[in-house]
Amino acid sequence: MNKTVNPNELTSDDDNGPLYVAQKKVYPQSISGTFRRIKWGLMAFCLGVYYFLPFVRWNRGLGAPSQAVLIDLPNSRFYFFFIELWPQEIYYFTGLLIVAAVALFLMNSVGGRIWCGYLCPQTVWTDLFYAVERFVEGDRRERMRKDKSGGGLTLRRVSEIAFKHAIWLMIAWWTGGAWVLYFNDAPTLVKELLTFQAPMIAYIWIGILTATTYLLAGFMREQVCTYMCPWPRIQAALTDEWALNVTYRYDRGEKRTSVKKAAELRALGQPVGDCVDCYQCVAVCPTGIDIRNGPQLECIQCGLCIDACDNVMTKIGRPKRLIGYDNDINIQRRQEGKAPIYRIVRARTVAYSAIIAAVGGIMLYVLATRTLLDINVLHDRNPVAVKLSDGSIRNAYTVRLLNKSGYDRVVAIDADGPVNLTTHVVGVDSVTPDRPMIVIPRDSTSELRLLVTAPADSNPEKSIPVRIHVTDIGLGEVATTTDNFVAP
Amino acid sequence: MTDHHGEFDSVTGKSTTGHEWDGIKELNTPLPRWWVISFYLTIVWAIGYWIVYPAWPLIASNTTGLFGYSSRADVAVELANLEKIRGEKMAALGAASLADIEKDPALLALARAKGKTVFGDNCAPCHGSGGAGAKGFPNLNDDDWLWGGTLDQIMQTIQFGARSGHAKTHEGQMLAFGKDGVLKPDEIVTVANYVRSLSGLPTRKGFDAAKGEKIFADNCVACHGDGGKGNPELGAPNLTDKIWLYGSDEATLVETISQGRAGVMPAWEGRLDPSTIKAMAVYVHSLGGGK
Repeated sequence: MNKTVNPNELTSDDDNGPLYVAQKKVYPQSISGTFRRIKWGLMAFCLGVYYFLPFVRWNRGLGAPSQAVLIDLPNSRFYFFFIELWPQEIYYFTGLLIVAAVALFLMNSVGGRIWCGYLCPQTVWTDLFYAVERFVEGDRRERMRKDKSGGGLTLRRVSEIAFKHAIWLMIAWWTGGAWVLYFNDAPTLVKELLTFQAPMIAYIWIGILTATTYLLAGFMREQVCTYMCPWPRIQAALTDEWALNVTYRYDRGEKRTSVKKAAELRALGQPVGDCVDCYQCVAVCPTGIDIRNGPQLECIQCGLCIDACDNVMTKIGRPKRLIGYDNDINIQRRQEGKAPIYRIVRARTVAYSAIIAAVGGIMLYVLATRTLLDINVLHDRNPVAVKLSDGSIRNAYTVRLLNKSGYDRVVAIDADGPVNLTTHVVGVDSVTPDRPMIVIPRDSTSELRLLVTAPADSNPEKSIPVRIHVTDIGLGEVATTTDNFVAP
Repeated sequence: MTDHHGEFDSVTGKSTTGHEWDGIKELNTPLPRWWVISFYLTIVWAIGYWIVYPAWPLIASNTTGLFGYSSRADVAVELANLEKIRGEKMAALGAASLADIEKDPALLALARAKGKTVFGDNCAPCHGSGGAGAKGFPNLNDDDWLWGGTLDQIMQTIQFGARSGHAKTHEGQMLAFGKDGVLKPDEIVTVANYVRSLSGLPTRKGFDAAKGEKIFADNCVACHGDGGKGNPELGAPNLTDKIWLYGSDEATLVETISQGRAGVMPAWEGRLDPSTIKAMAVYVHSLGGGK
């Protein structure tokens, strides 16, 4: 026996209620206005980048992938326009994640959850799905009427629903399709996908992303923001009294009443607010809340209620922005009769900006000054040292040479230390004495066995440091690593 | 769930199961239906699993399952495929000469990889996982070779072994000069000191070098050659270098001279296929001591 829950009894500030309320379907109404236009623009931009970026070409020369952004898993390479990253350089992503996180903090301290309202994929796709729903089934009232008139499953209604889901699935499918294009040459993969020649993993990923997009944007919608996403909780801890949040300016007066009644009251000199209780702000809200109840966890700060309210205020001849981006300080100040102040430059935002600049700067510096020739050395452990028949001592190393550039290199290897050392690479003839020469093909690594020998009369200590150099014969570029030379 | 007893708890309004302990009645709180259905479905699933997969033990074997599937057979197929994939490369290894393999970076890498695994499986117990050797078991990383250190000589030693009983095996023995009564104990000590002097090691006080040289010339030169330079044909070690298989101290040398030495290297022909032996020869040669 389940006790039926009346959602109206439970608001987010009811501490005794259950932590989850059964989903109440939200029917956001279409709206036009400043913030809606910004949202359309950002949606077009974000989706455009996501869907078409894989098709942007970037010439890297013969034999190299010509896709601008490519995660090449089989060859362990990441390409981003002019940047090519190897697996051992994955730490750049750490920097990127730090920048992304701090950028989110910065956004939050300036404009609250603008990420949630305008840029979050969940918001963008849900918004797109709502647009489709509105296009097929009509606006708020129509959709509510159609859903309410149960049993009215006419052929027209069924085909309407089918059409909506078909478009949703197409968008979802394209979302998954675009995803896999980042992992392989896009035009080739598109051709393969169309002829069913693509690898199974591509179809599996398209399936997964189709399903998640369809479910998250088509059905779960605001539930994701309210129950699944950690950001609302985190941002609550990050925000401060200066952050601009979508706010109902209750300082514009109470009580809320009809236009006519308000005019009468105003004529009598009695207190009355600008809000006419039209519920337009609630009707357009994609998370189905009433912003006039103050800041709420569910609010994604998309600003659509601002547009809705502005339209009404214009019509009834009252000043706009009864709902607007504002902060607590200004409400306080206006009530005290002071002018509102907006302070974007403050300790918090400066600190965040500084962190972004510092991390970004370090990353750029490291990226710009990194070498495209590298050497890694692993000392043989068994045996660590070998005594040769003439009494000289030899250590063996496994050397990995990395040529990250787009051309073949001819390199020489040599070692130096406190004693005179000679080098030999197994399978390689030394062109000049003690300097074996090797060709490393472009964009690849070569593993070699390097033998370093100290003469019998050198009597090295138990362990001496050695520096092993790899020198590009043509360009003179040198990469060096240090290791130890051990005596038996 | 329907109520069978018609009893209701006044506080919660729920029906009871009719069970009572010390005046406390159990509320009828059935598991959710979806949960129960899932539970039954898992049972049905398990039965299906029993039938489809090999599961029922019989006296000598087990049922093979409806489709005759077994992961063991799958592994066998995978292994066969792997052999097939590697077959071409291993064939290339078999076709190339030993010297050519070392000159070709791709073949060298393949031979070293293959050689390393096979070495770990077959040779490491005696020679150590990195070929470092041990007392009585040669270090394969150095440049001192009992039976020769060229690619062909190494390959021959791997193929046929030493004192292995194979028809083509290396033969050659360090005689037991003491045990067999050929040399007297003081002669053995003298010649041992002489051998130490050959590689520049310090000798015992009052040691008669001339006598040692004479004993050495009479008994040892036949195998170890003039001046003790050794002879790879006979597996006779070079006594003038710094490397000692059993040790260079006087006691060890006395033991070697009086008891003799006859270490065995097994023949690998027949146990490893020809291209694997080739890979092994290249691997051992590339450890660094090859000539």
